[in-house]
Amino acid sequence: MKTKVREYKKRDYMGLIYIAPWLVGFLLLQLYPFIASLFYSFTQYNIMSEPTFVGLTNYITLFKVDNEFWNSLKVTIVYTIYTVPGKLVLALLVALLMNKQMKGINLFRTIYYIPSLFGGSVAVAILWKLMFMDDGVINALLTALHLPQVQWLGNPDIALRTICMLEIWQFGSSMVMFLAALKQVPQSLYEAAQIDGASKLRCFFKITIPQITPIIFFNLIMQTINALQSFTSAFVITKGGPLKSTYVLGMKLYNEAFKNYKLGYASAISWVIFIIIMIVTLLLFRSSTGWVYYEDSDEF
Amino acid sequence: MNKKTKTKINLTLTYIFIIVVGIIMVYPIIWMFFTTFKENAEIFGSTKLLPSSYSLSSFVEGWKSNGGNQTYTNFFINTFVMVIPTTLLTIASCAVVAYGFARFKFPGKKGLFMLLIATLMLPNAVIIIPRYSLYNSFGWIDTYLPFYVPALLATYPFFIFMLIQFMRGLPRELDESAYMDGCGTFRVFWNILLPLMKPALFSAGLFQFMWTYNDYLNSLIFINSTSRYTISLALRLSLDSESVVQWNKVMAMAFIAVLPLIILFFLAQKYFVEGISTTGLKG
Repeated sequence: MKTKVREYKKRDYMGLIYIAPWLVGFLLLQLYPFIASLFYSFTQYNIMSEPTFVGLTNYITLFKVDNEFWNSLKVTIVYTIYTVPGKLVLALLVALLMNKQMKGINLFRTIYYIPSLFGGSVAVAILWKLMFMDDGVINALLTALHLPQVQWLGNPDIALRTICMLEIWQFGSSMVMFLAALKQVPQSLYEAAQIDGASKLRCFFKITIPQITPIIFFNLIMQTINALQSFTSAFVITKGGPLKSTYVLGMKLYNEAFKNYKLGYASAISWVIFIIIMIVTLLLFRSSTGWVYYEDSDEF
Repeated sequence: MNKKTKTKINLTLTYIFIIVVGIIMVYPIIWMFFTTFKENAEIFGSTKLLPSSYSLSSFVEGWKSNGGNQTYTNFFINTFVMVIPTTLLTIASCAVVAYGFARFKFPGKKGLFMLLIATLMLPNAVIIIPRYSLYNSFGWIDTYLPFYVPALLATYPFFIFMLIQFMRGLPRELDESAYMDGCGTFRVFWNILLPLMKPALFSAGLFQFMWTYNDYLNSLIFINSTSRYTISLALRLSLDSESVVQWNKVMAMAFIAVLPLIILFFLAQKYFVEGISTTGLKG
């Protein structure tokens, strides 16, 4: 760190002009809504009239009265626990397999990426719904293989997993990131290890994994944030059912805010989501010094 | 078994695994395509992939949609009217902001950059309600302004960050020599850096196009009238509007909906892959 007071050239102030659009956007469309939703969460607000302050009522209702909320919280956490590791482990596994001198690897990379194109689109959610219906193609396939049929969407114990599968199916973008990261690991490290007589497995755990931990970390955080807010697939495929078994927090938030017009109450839900995200992210960051390896700190 | 045969077996197993998983990955999309030609009776309880006959009637019928006088022509036009300006505004604003961050040492830059990075983790769920009430008070509900304005104001930290990373890789000597020649900062940006940033801008544009095109939640909240519906909203509607869903029609439209993304992907694969790889790396 330099302690010298930095002198700014006249030209440098131009930077402020270039970042001005973002600064306005940040203040108006990110910071203000962020603070406003915290404020709304302590009010009763239905968009037609001004919000009225009700103190902690929304939070007390949420935690003490509203059983639906606890259910949604549980569903969302289970969804996150299934999809995030599922996606990342699969992505890493396939990336490792593909990180070899193989012919046609680009073709496979392309094919694996295709499902990721559709993200949370309605089209694939509808496709999923049709495929996993009681008399849909997946059950027909199970019958053909002499396996018992499964109520993929009708059974409350299974429906959430069916939706998780849609998410995990889209592991391609994480895979492409991992592949790129693997390609960046310096070959010299492996050569040196080989001279020292290290086994392949040892190389994997002592070289490959540590080298790509920053990417794993980045993916882990981003995927977790997305998973905790998921909405479309549950909304389109099961409408939150059966028996609210797929009623994720995102859906609860949407219904309270835009169906029941309880915007204050919904804001309280959004802040619960935010606080969960904060806690998870902080825990990940805390732990990251232990397992994420940075070669050089980024100077800026 | 010597080492050579061992690696050969190894490679074969890898291929088999990758091919099998690859088939599982794309099968749903292929199945979706052929389902557009099947009557309901042929879809259910059957593992057959190929239809008994081919006719385009499901596309023709589906295109009309059952939302009264609205057809998919309108929905497609609406979608592009929403997506294309949003994409272009996003790249333009994010490139300018990235330039500001990557090339100037203004006071408070470090703090602002930290804020930018922090907003990467700001969940949409926490800001959507006040945004709704803000847009409502501006009279923007049921227009595409809730999509255009955030794009114009560069509220997509992901792309800014991506472009900053890319710009850092361009030699500063380029700027310096242009300044020597008497160029202003904007000329440097416009004439020198922007042409070099084409690949990164293209990647950012592709992702923004894809994400806005696929968006459902925001469209659901901000768009009300059927005449302004985008494809996502129309597709969702098609599930509800009939007592017995004719799946071939629904699948036909769903397939048409994903088709532009698939075509775009095959045309611009390189940029997709590069975009993903550069954003995840370093920094």
